[in-house]
Amino acid sequence: MDSVVLLRPVPDPVEELELNDDGSDLDRDYLGYVLNEFDDHALEEAILLKEASGGTVTVLGLGSADEMEQILYTALAKGADEAIKLGDEIEHLSVTSQAEVFAAALEGRSYDLVLTGVQAADELDGQLSVRVAALLAIPHISVVVGADAGDDSVNVTKEFWGGITADYEVQTPAVLGIQAARQAPRYVAVSLIRQAQQEGNLSETDVDPPDDSSGVRLVAVRVPESGEGAEMIEGDEEAAAAKIIEIIRGAGV
Amino acid sequence: MSKGVSPKVDPANVLEKEELVLEGMDISGHWNRMFEQRTIFDYDIAQLDRVTELDGGESMGWCYQCAQCIAVCPVDHVGSYGPRKIYRNLQVGFDLFTDPDLWLCTTCINCLRVCPKEVDMMEIMPAVRKEAVLAGNVPAELQDVFEKTARYGNPLGKNAKRRAAWTRGLDVEVPVISDVERKVDVLWWVSDYPSYHPRGIDASKALARVLTHLGVDFAILGAEEKHDGDSMLRAGENGLFEMLAEQNIEALNQYEFDVLLTTDPHAYNAFLHEYPERGGEYNVVHYTQYLAERITELGLSEQVDLSITFHDPCYLGRHNGEYEAPRDLIAALPGAQFTEMWRNRENGYCCGGGGGGMWLDGIAAENQSMRLSEKRVLEAVETGADTLCVVCPYEVSRFEDAVKSTNNDGALQVLDIAELLAQALGLPTD
Repeated sequence: MDSVVLLRPVPDPVEELELNDDGSDLDRDYLGYVLNEFDDHALEEAILLKEASGGTVTVLGLGSADEMEQILYTALAKGADEAIKLGDEIEHLSVTSQAEVFAAALEGRSYDLVLTGVQAADELDGQLSVRVAALLAIPHISVVVGADAGDDSVNVTKEFWGGITADYEVQTPAVLGIQAARQAPRYVAVSLIRQAQQEGNLSETDVDPPDDSSGVRLVAVRVPESGEGAEMIEGDEEAAAAKIIEIIRGAGV
Repeated sequence: MSKGVSPKVDPANVLEKEELVLEGMDISGHWNRMFEQRTIFDYDIAQLDRVTELDGGESMGWCYQCAQCIAVCPVDHVGSYGPRKIYRNLQVGFDLFTDPDLWLCTTCINCLRVCPKEVDMMEIMPAVRKEAVLAGNVPAELQDVFEKTARYGNPLGKNAKRRAAWTRGLDVEVPVISDVERKVDVLWWVSDYPSYHPRGIDASKALARVLTHLGVDFAILGAEEKHDGDSMLRAGENGLFEMLAEQNIEALNQYEFDVLLTTDPHAYNAFLHEYPERGGEYNVVHYTQYLAERITELGLSEQVDLSITFHDPCYLGRHNGEYEAPRDLIAALPGAQFTEMWRNRENGYCCGGGGGGMWLDGIAAENQSMRLSEKRVLEAVETGADTLCVVCPYEVSRFEDAVKSTNNDGALQVLDIAELLAQALGLPTD
């Protein structure tokens, strides 16, 4: 089963996140990026599928983040066969545009599955996999927590609320939005990443940043304000603990 | 030897036969069998072969089961472990490459000190771990630390740019060498925990004040400094070590300095034994050595009314033979009393932080009756001392946690020697 995995870098919260001057976005000049955690799970699931039933894994990495090459070499070291960096000129895109760029890159390629993270730290709506499937006009299923390759279909487990899961059979080609791989993303030794780097098996495809067609425009971003309901408890541990007990007792718990 | 030979054998008269068949039995071999491996054929020793075939794994096959190592292995004191047991298990089909036992060794090398066959766990364990890491078999907690260290240059996963943030607002100046733009006498290699951990920072502030008090011309690398990599190498992440060493050597070689002063014995060990062959040759000194040579100049004047005991870091003591410098400094503290723990110097008990143990608390909890740091704290309490003095930045947090978890809060405080020296100099201690 041949898989394509869509990888997005997201702002690294180890850095202090700051807003730009007009408050319309994060100040991206000083941001570091890491691979979206859910996309890392999508990659793991794709490699598990390849290990179980053969086929290939191709990774598409979006955008110009300095960290993108490292992310793609890491994917190659983990077992991906091909890595493509999309849009070296592209900085930050809305999810609508992200989907258009990925769908365009998939055009004319042969694949059985497209996997990506169900959501991203900066895209909690979980729109990417849905939109890519719509643009490609192929089946889609999201919140997937495990996949198993059949002949011309894939059996997937989808997670619902309250610990309920359901098993689906999905015709391929299809798009999967991965909630979690069957196992935690594997460790790949630094020496193997460096080896992949030396082999340099990375290609780039130029992409023109598309105009955002969603009709939705980000107007302002704000730092959360501390609400009035919060009571800050001062003092050392003992004093604070005593105060907390007093509050709990007072609330009649 | 036949009857009639004098019990006092003259070596000149020993007839050495490498090959001999006596009464139909082949007894070929060196006259003193202690020095030669006798192969055992009764088992399928494939698992043992997997270890001895590795670069660095050879000496595992030399074990002759005398068990001297078990008596001194710190892990066996809180569980069932040690080189002899690993050898025996390997003989009977144990897969060390995937077993949690692989991660229990702290590379304290007390076993090597007493081993008559020089079975070297310092070589064996990292060699097997290297294979496990390449295969992706790494405990999750250690994987997290490897990834953080590769990404941020420190195992705490802190922002690399904030490495020198601890110097802000300090009452003494701690210059960053890239700002100084000239040669300095001392380049201070601060390390990770002293840069980021709250209690490590306390010790760093104290050391900065002591160095300033001495009038030392010093600077730090700031954000250009990364984890020294030594513990990553012992934990089997060789590629990560190589990457860090390259980056650190590149950073260091831009600058001129006479002495490279390390806070961390693991960094000290790396600079002594690993960096030179990679192009990083420095006059490296541990801070206790640097200060012990300057005790008179320090002019310690304030009374330190404490009863102190001292923990030898494995990588300063057993690995590199420095036992006296920290003790000289403690002896110079006016008014302080000193008591040794019963395991000290060459037989010092490991804190559990070496060889990756710093980041394998879960594995230790699942396989040991207590943490090594807890065992050590109980020994410190036994001496009646009120203060446990440490000179390795892995230890302050380990021992402070162990003081709490063994219900000795209030009975024993853990202080870096720099904090004690600052007290004895009447310097600020916040």
